[in-house]
Amino acid sequence: MILLSITENIHNWLFSIMPEGVASIVEMVLIAVVYLTIFAVAGLFLVLLERRVAAWFQLRIGPNRVGFQGLLQTMADAIKLLTKELTGTERADKFLYNLAPYFVIISALMALAVIPFTKEFHAFDINIGIFFLIAISSIGVIGILLGGWSSNNKFALIGAMRSGVQTISYELSVGLSLLTMVVITGTLQLSEIIEFQKNGWLIVQGHIPAIIAFMVFMISGTAETNRAPFDMVEAESELGAGFHTEYSGMKFAYFFLAEFINMFIIAAIATTMFFGGWLSPFGITESIPWLGVFWFLAKTMGLVFLMMWFRWTFPRLRVDQLLTLEWKYLLPINLVNMVVMALIVWLNLTIRF
Amino acid sequence: METEVVHTNFKSEEYFINMGPQHPATHGVLRLLLTIDGEIIKKVEPDLGYIHRSIEKMCERDSYQQIVHLTDRMDYLSANINNEAVCLAVENALQLEIPERVKVIRTIIGELTRISSHCLWWGVMGMDVGALTTYFYGFRDREMINDIMEETCGARLTMNYNVPGGLMLDIHPNFVKRVKDFIVHFKTKLPEYDRLLTGNVIFQKRTVGVGILSKEDAISFGASGPVGRASGYSCDVRKHHPYSAIDKVTFNEVLKTEGDTYARYLVRIQEMWESLSIVEQLIDNIPEGEHRVTTNAVIKLPKGEYFQKVETARGELGVYIISTGTKSPYRLKFRSPGFSNLSLLNHIAVGGKIGDLVATMATLDLVIPDIDR
Amino acid sequence: MSYFSDIYKGIKTLLTGMSVTGKYFLTSRKGAITQQYPDNRDTLKMFDRFRGEVIMPHDENNEHRCTGCQKCEIACPNGTIEIIWDRGIDEVTGKKKKKIDQFVYHLSMCTMCGLCIDVCPTDAIEWGQNFENSVYDRSALTRVLNKPGSKLMPGVED
Repeated sequence: MILLSITENIHNWLFSIMPEGVASIVEMVLIAVVYLTIFAVAGLFLVLLERRVAAWFQLRIGPNRVGFQGLLQTMADAIKLLTKELTGTERADKFLYNLAPYFVIISALMALAVIPFTKEFHAFDINIGIFFLIAISSIGVIGILLGGWSSNNKFALIGAMRSGVQTISYELSVGLSLLTMVVITGTLQLSEIIEFQKNGWLIVQGHIPAIIAFMVFMISGTAETNRAPFDMVEAESELGAGFHTEYSGMKFAYFFLAEFINMFIIAAIATTMFFGGWLSPFGITESIPWLGVFWFLAKTMGLVFLMMWFRWTFPRLRVDQLLTLEWKYLLPINLVNMVVMALIVWLNLTIRF
Repeated sequence: METEVVHTNFKSEEYFINMGPQHPATHGVLRLLLTIDGEIIKKVEPDLGYIHRSIEKMCERDSYQQIVHLTDRMDYLSANINNEAVCLAVENALQLEIPERVKVIRTIIGELTRISSHCLWWGVMGMDVGALTTYFYGFRDREMINDIMEETCGARLTMNYNVPGGLMLDIHPNFVKRVKDFIVHFKTKLPEYDRLLTGNVIFQKRTVGVGILSKEDAISFGASGPVGRASGYSCDVRKHHPYSAIDKVTFNEVLKTEGDTYARYLVRIQEMWESLSIVEQLIDNIPEGEHRVTTNAVIKLPKGEYFQKVETARGELGVYIISTGTKSPYRLKFRSPGFSNLSLLNHIAVGGKIGDLVATMATLDLVIPDIDR
Repeated sequence: MSYFSDIYKGIKTLLTGMSVTGKYFLTSRKGAITQQYPDNRDTLKMFDRFRGEVIMPHDENNEHRCTGCQKCEIACPNGTIEIIWDRGIDEVTGKKKKKIDQFVYHLSMCTMCGLCIDVCPTDAIEWGQNFENSVYDRSALTRVLNKPGSKLMPGVED
């Protein structure tokens, strides 16, 4: 309620003191600033979380020096990266080389705009939300391809080519597994999808096909974010650092942050599509709407943790096995799954409370 | 004017890529010149010499006691076994009678060294195929052995514990208890290795049928150690030419016939079990006695040629000494296992992907200072 | 059908692997194997035989046990030890006798092989436990082990 009243008050105040056009522009700028802050804080926090979680998996302690329990560690790292020299290779295609990090980070930022944190805290609620997310998330790979191509390094080039192959393949599975869920909801708008789940989260409503779709989505989502076990793009024991071998300083940090934001986005989509977004389990806190943010973030963090668990347990796939997994396993399963889901919806076999 | 039409579309082109000398997967300063067609490897040319310290030449300058400490720095992961090789060669040349206690302790320490080397290899193997967590689990168990070594020998990596004539110091009073603790600990952790990595479907896909080495090739390339045994070549020096107290224990020579990366992996895992059983058989039966027989302060080997081979964690290490009767050898040659094992890399990695090359190289278990010496 | 059994087996092995790491994650509080090094300096104790650096113990009368026989200098493979010696007159017997002026130890060259300590007939040098050997200037690694004004402990040579 507090959050709602604040945003509404600001909205009313802005429109009362300025002409309508100016006010809406100012409002958009304000929202953009808020989202940029969320972006930076979430990115830095996720990096720290990753490092701590990795340490706990690996019998270590993790960063615990800067700030209380190392909470400011990533801030310090970011400041260090800001002050570092921006190096480059001699015959790099300078324009594309400098452009690449922005492609990656802007696509991640755009995807963040449509994430529904809670009913009121939802910047951009378009009626083709899912479609927009799928479309935007495939722009990021252009940045990776450009970065690998323009930095005039063979390792980077191999990494970039792998990334192209990988993203093009796994895009299909991400899209199809989400479409499977759209079959139930009948809408692409994220807020409506969540409202639809008041009668039970989609993973319960759709039961078996929904669980399969969820597993496919998590696997292909991990692959889309180029994280282990699908980190063919970076593959540090094979390619050194892959596509960002030649990047340093803040340009590298953009790639790095974008990876973590993408992870957050994938988890957030999964939360929205399968676990009821901001809805509390069994509606226990339905009377307090602003707790939706808490539920949304809690579910997202749970899924982010799952992705970290994957990363710190599994070996990396080889590039041809990566494609085998997609084209021979995930894609056929997904297509059959979608038909099954359609049948279930047609025969009204979904579970509803 | 006629213009020549050149069809350049879709022409596949091979290109060179430098893997190393600074590369995470080469475990040191090995440089591989790869000829690649896309992802497929056409040719692997190892380029050596980045960590050459002319140890063999230094041996011609040093006395026989001093040679021992140089061998620590060859294959540093099986430092104790290297020491033992030189000491055995010198002792055999002098025809010294070595006390039973020394032999048993040397064998125990050698097998512990083998386990610690394989622990590290397991961790690094996991890391090379992308499972970073294995590295820390491998190091946790290796750390226990390092503590045992530090308490008895004084150092963790380059121990220089053997001297011609026995051991530099007697074992520490805590040694037996610590080793027993380690055996109990490690028996619970080894099955975990299997659950985490061996059984993993991704790992199996990455390793089964990759980098196949036939028995004939293994023999002709001079492969030894787990690499040879995974191809069915029975080459365990401990079985065929027993030294120290190894003939007092029963153990199996682990043999596989597949010869692929997965077989090499399994051989090493099972070798850890075998080494554990060797240590278990000996640890309660360390005979009393001297830990060292006195030798002359200046050891002069009789004129002649001497050869001694031992089984290090990586394979067969040969020490070949030519003596002219002076205080240092006229020529000393080490036959290091890593060098011959590296030589077959081109043979087994061609045709695979870059990922295959990394996995194959991990199971060859290369230690670059051992190759370059 | 092997298509589906492959999927089933694959997922099962993946879950087995995750259970291993998951177990360590849950017990991570007490399971950390790393040490918080500069913080645990007070409690960190090396083993008795730990080879940190070569030291020459002196007793309360500022006397050491080194006779200057130079066996360690010969035994050292790297030229780490340099003994600068002199001939002095023994007060008791009045004979000319070898005594050390400076026992120079180049820590930067030492490989901690222990041959010098092994060979020393009078146990004049032994292993120190110090392992924090980083210095700002390389010359600080060259040390004179015998303290200024120290002399040979009586009775060592017998």
